[in-house]
Amino acid sequence: MSTLARLRRWIGKHLVLGLGLLVLVYTFVPIAVVVLMSFNNNSKSKNVYKFQDFTWNNWLHPFKPGGMKDSVILSIEIALLATLVATILGTLAAFALSRHKFVGRRAANLIIFLPMASPEIVMGSSLLALFVSRGFGGQLGFVTILIAHVMFCLSFVIVTVKARLSGLDDNLEQAAMDLYANEVQTFWRVTFPLVLPGIIGAALLSFSLSFDDFIITNLNAGQEVTFPMFVYGANQRGVPMQVNVIGTAMFVIAIAIVLGNEIFRRRQEKALAA
Amino acid sequence: MSQLHESTTTDRSASGSRDLRLSGLTKEYAAFTAVKSLDLVVPQGSFFALLGPSGCGKTTTLRMVAGLETPTSGTIHLGDTEITYAKPYKRPVNTVFQNYALFPHLNISKNVAFGLERRGVKNVGQQVADMLELVELTSQAHKKPAQMSGGQQQRVALARALINQPEVLLLDEPLGALDLKLRRGMQLELKRIQTEVGLTFVHVTHDQEEAMTMADTIAVMNQGVIEQMGAPNDLYENPTTTFVANFLGQSNLIEAEIQGREGGQVKVRVQGAVASIPAERAHSESGKGWLGIRPEKVLIAEAGQPIDAPGDVITGGFITDVSFVGVSTQYMVKMPWGQELMVFEQNTGARRMLPVGTKVDVSWRPEYAFLLDASQDAKAGIEED
Repeated sequence: MSTLARLRRWIGKHLVLGLGLLVLVYTFVPIAVVVLMSFNNNSKSKNVYKFQDFTWNNWLHPFKPGGMKDSVILSIEIALLATLVATILGTLAAFALSRHKFVGRRAANLIIFLPMASPEIVMGSSLLALFVSRGFGGQLGFVTILIAHVMFCLSFVIVTVKARLSGLDDNLEQAAMDLYANEVQTFWRVTFPLVLPGIIGAALLSFSLSFDDFIITNLNAGQEVTFPMFVYGANQRGVPMQVNVIGTAMFVIAIAIVLGNEIFRRRQEKALAA
Repeated sequence: MSQLHESTTTDRSASGSRDLRLSGLTKEYAAFTAVKSLDLVVPQGSFFALLGPSGCGKTTTLRMVAGLETPTSGTIHLGDTEITYAKPYKRPVNTVFQNYALFPHLNISKNVAFGLERRGVKNVGQQVADMLELVELTSQAHKKPAQMSGGQQQRVALARALINQPEVLLLDEPLGALDLKLRRGMQLELKRIQTEVGLTFVHVTHDQEEAMTMADTIAVMNQGVIEQMGAPNDLYENPTTTFVANFLGQSNLIEAEIQGREGGQVKVRVQGAVASIPAERAHSESGKGWLGIRPEKVLIAEAGQPIDAPGDVITGGFITDVSFVGVSTQYMVKMPWGQELMVFEQNTGARRMLPVGTKVDVSWRPEYAFLLDASQDAKAGIEED
């Protein structure tokens, strides 16, 4: 076999893997930069976004820049509340849309995709128009942000939970009823535990969507400043390196949740196999 | 009608019987009627099979008994208790589902304990252990359903239903997903368990061999009605409709002209020859009819050679196809009037296998023939697959 043919075979075998790795690099380079910059000491020159010196200071004093602490707390508060409300309402809506037949169900199933598909700037500005026309123009703030966030999280929750529900075997609920579980017991013993992974997934998705939303929030926030808005504002005068600390922390928490879940699953499997 | 029910009900309760009785049971959907006014009594402690092709209404019937489907009309009684509209969790009936429907988030012992726990039974551990031992899954108690093979899942499903000691156990094609060898094993196992625990089993299947192997009584269903009901060998030997003749085993149906009754026999003309059929096996008395004879009851010999049968010999056939299946040889014999008859012959070694093209005579013992009404489709019930 000639060298050329062998090379061609080698490339054929490894091309997909190579492309996959390239895509991964493409995705993770920006995150790597954020992690790196969280250890940057930029005291020499505040306006150059460049790694200068290594320091722990950003991590030791993450809330040093003025106003940042409040913005992070506000964002977390809103994200938690919006997640809670959207997950509960969305789960109920998903059950209604997949379990009950009513006039307009098909239309409703289509319409829930609209908030996901329409540009944020359109949703944000129309919400603002709505608030102003209803006379809330002067009271924009925590509540209006929350309402906006619940609105755009809802679609994602409904779609995620519905997917889980449609994958659920009807026979399981019938089997539960056949085995002396009444409607309430069937729901809590069988339906809910099986749909729960979908609900948790939807909640995590809602949290991250809410935490990092800028466009819609910016239009409806009034005087309040969320973390993304703080970063955007700070960017005008040079981003404080502590922003990277928050970014890295969020990333690490997300990875930890995924890893923890995976480890738990594997350990459970191992225990069963033994 | 309902008064009649009440009187029979009282009679039965006097004897303490817990038979399952369906009366005028009907299920209509928007587009079609799945079950048409079904009347059926399943005696307590029997192994009863509902046999029929897919779409014949057998599963709908089963689901109505389980309470998972509401009948359009008619009643279901268990002994003297009416359960027609009772919730599924309020009837002493459990189901083994076709796809088993094991709870994927619970391990095997939790699955098996589910029914007892819902009824508030305390300390179910011993019962669960006993039940797992019965189905030979003791070592698997802590596994999740997804980690088990199809045969094991089937046994879990059975254990999960049996542990509740229902009055009636419903089996919805429970062996359909298993391979042939495992299925044979499970059939005998199920039969053994049924005899041991003495519960009423109602088994839905489209597999006629399975039904005949296991059931005391078979009801053959077709298009929402019961075509015929009886013990497996009665149904097989004396079918009353072409559907049963073809669906339960195979049959040769030959056009016949009915001459009339003579004593205990009905005489028919079959393609020039005269044949007689015992009156109790003749389900038509005049006009045209179908003379039916099972392939293994047809005797075959090379043209001119003696045939061991007291009946008339029909000559002029020739063999168009031979398949050797080990215990027997299956011949297709083209008759002078163009019809191909199936002939199954045991490979007793008495004679060599006849090759394709051989001219042959056929015959059968008259007591094995049956006569059906000619208005029915001779191909009814022949499986297309």
